[in-house]
Amino acid sequence: MRAFTQITGLVAPIDRANIDTDAIIPKQFLKSIRRSGFGPYLFDEWRYLDRGEPDMDCSTRPLNEHFILNQPEYQGAEILLTRENFGCGSSREHAPWALEDFGFRAIIAPSFADIFYNNCFKNGLLPIALPAAEVDSLFQELVPGYRLTIDLAAQTITTPAGRSIRFDVDETRKYRLLNGLDDIALSLQHADKIREYEAKRAKRAPWLFTN
Amino acid sequence: MPGKTLYDKLWEDHVVHTEEDGSSLIYIDRQLVHEVTSPQAFEGLRLTGRKPWRTDRNLAVADHNIPTTDRDKGIADPVSRLQVETLEKNCAEFGITEFNMADIRQGIVHVIGPEQGATLPGMTIVCGDSHTSTHGASGALAFGIGTSEVEHVLATQCLVQKKAKNMLIRVNGKTGPGVTAKDIVLAIIGKIGTAGGNGYTIEFAGEAIRALSMEGRMTVCNMAIEAGARAGLIGVDEVTIDYYRDRPYSPKGNDWFMAERMWQNLHSDPDAKFDKVIDIDAASIRPQVTWGTSPELVVSVDDKVPNPELEADAVKKQSMIQALKYMDLEPGQAITDIKLDKIFIGSCTNSRIEDLRAAAAVAKGKKVASSIKLAMVVPGSGLVKQQAEAEGLDKIFTEAGFEWRDPGCSMCLAMNADRLEPGERCASTSNRNFEGRQGYGGRTHLVSPEMAAAAAIAGHFVDVSTWEKEVRQ
Ligand code: SF4
Repeated sequence: MRAFTQITGLVAPIDRANIDTDAIIPKQFLKSIRRSGFGPYLFDEWRYLDRGEPDMDCSTRPLNEHFILNQPEYQGAEILLTRENFGCGSSREHAPWALEDFGFRAIIAPSFADIFYNNCFKNGLLPIALPAAEVDSLFQELVPGYRLTIDLAAQTITTPAGRSIRFDVDETRKYRLLNGLDDIALSLQHADKIREYEAKRAKRAPWLFTN
Repeated sequence: MPGKTLYDKLWEDHVVHTEEDGSSLIYIDRQLVHEVTSPQAFEGLRLTGRKPWRTDRNLAVADHNIPTTDRDKGIADPVSRLQVETLEKNCAEFGITEFNMADIRQGIVHVIGPEQGATLPGMTIVCGDSHTSTHGASGALAFGIGTSEVEHVLATQCLVQKKAKNMLIRVNGKTGPGVTAKDIVLAIIGKIGTAGGNGYTIEFAGEAIRALSMEGRMTVCNMAIEAGARAGLIGVDEVTIDYYRDRPYSPKGNDWFMAERMWQNLHSDPDAKFDKVIDIDAASIRPQVTWGTSPELVVSVDDKVPNPELEADAVKKQSMIQALKYMDLEPGQAITDIKLDKIFIGSCTNSRIEDLRAAAAVAKGKKVASSIKLAMVVPGSGLVKQQAEAEGLDKIFTEAGFEWRDPGCSMCLAMNADRLEPGERCASTSNRNFEGRQGYGGRTHLVSPEMAAAAAIAGHFVDVSTWEKEVRQ
């Protein structure tokens, strides 16, 4: 996994609440058995005027010029600013895969759906929940070319005017993301404890260990 | 010390290790695997040379991409076919049991788990699928995970988690006629919103919940995720224990007696502390219909499409305007004036035998309206289908003009050939009405099986509680 330490990135706003995972990456793309290549299909139904299918060449598809990510001033955006309950809906990790593949490194919103939030951390993508009023003021400040600096170690966002906003993140998640660590390897350090647990449990609930 | 909630008990029972910041390694008793969210997890194991920690705790089935007609001809779409074949290959390679398309036990992952007794009370259950919350109806801690976590569970039989907060939703009193488990849960989501349960595990309780069958309880917990909660729970009682007696994977002999004793403790203590409690009066719930593109945009069938101008919150107002545009509806329009093109009875929310019985009771002796292009019934599993046929439900449906299909996710999310065309309007018993969910440009109204069957006959929504009376006279 790619580590996340500090970035200064262009911000793209999507002013909409409850953006669900079906909107982030429509289901036809979930048929892929790969982990990469979802970026061109991010927000497919909003981004293109035709209907997207897996393995389509997106460079020739008709673009919806009104959609924010298609506008020239937001090309290369790395930070997504959006509204509450972002990522609600299914557990598909294809949603953070698509956001990451597109080039996003962080998402700022008043709240996130739990599974999506969790999936982001597994993919080097930093979801930041800020109070709704704070998100509101970022929306208001935002002009094309607006960039924010996000420092994960310090847990701060710095605006172009130099204002610093603190954000919360779990210690464990922060540590793993800062170092780009593999969760499985870390958990396997506790292999003995897992075996101990199994042995104890097998006595109390043998049916969980017989078939 | 205050008493414990059911969630507290299940959590404590599964902690292997806790870090200083409270994140814990919790043990997973059952992982269900399907074709869409697993290929990259198996690939991860191969790339790192890791083996599953325990093969016997995983059960796999293909459901999302499976055709619901002409199964013997295989899967026409090559991309879908590759995904299903990849699951088969991965299961064979790693030694995991899979119910394939030809197996009578094949079906929607959340239907077959309880049906087989593969998901049991007291377990921790995960699947790379958000509707894993369904299994919480049996007093189990069950939630959806992402693909990286699927790989993590395969490799370690554990998951890194932080404990959620406790929410109790009590549905007090008795429901009125025509009101089902689906209406209860839609009314709850309408009340607390799709983000209302974020960060919580929701326990459902109260007289109206106790009165539900296991199937009905699964419908309620299925949609806990639509209220923002990863997991929904219902305490164990006689209904739960009776349901699991003699299931293929249920404990046998002395193990059964041990299990039964242990399961009887799977309820919240009377003095348990919840972070949030919500009370709902069951008698106030009417049959529900969603009108927008989020499950929280829901009203009673005898209501009207709401007016966004009356909404004070600017963000909500904007979502309502967007939803009305997408759904092609006008504020003030009566719900019963909404005409349908297609009807879908199925999905992990409402495709169990009880759902099909309820829909068949409404459809019996009647005909699907000529304006309906397609009305389909998709059983949740091969065994549900078999049971329904033994009871003659298939005849009732086909004589009324419904199509009787093979089991799978089907038009719940339209990954197979079953889908809405742009602009088509559907009464659906599934759980999500997001834009494009049932097909590009398709419009979804979520309802109960009874409401869907009645809408098929009438061609538009009807209030099933009074409509049934008219028909009986
Ligand atoms: S029936 Fe629908 S919600 Fe349920 S698992 Fe299948 S696709 Fe998901």
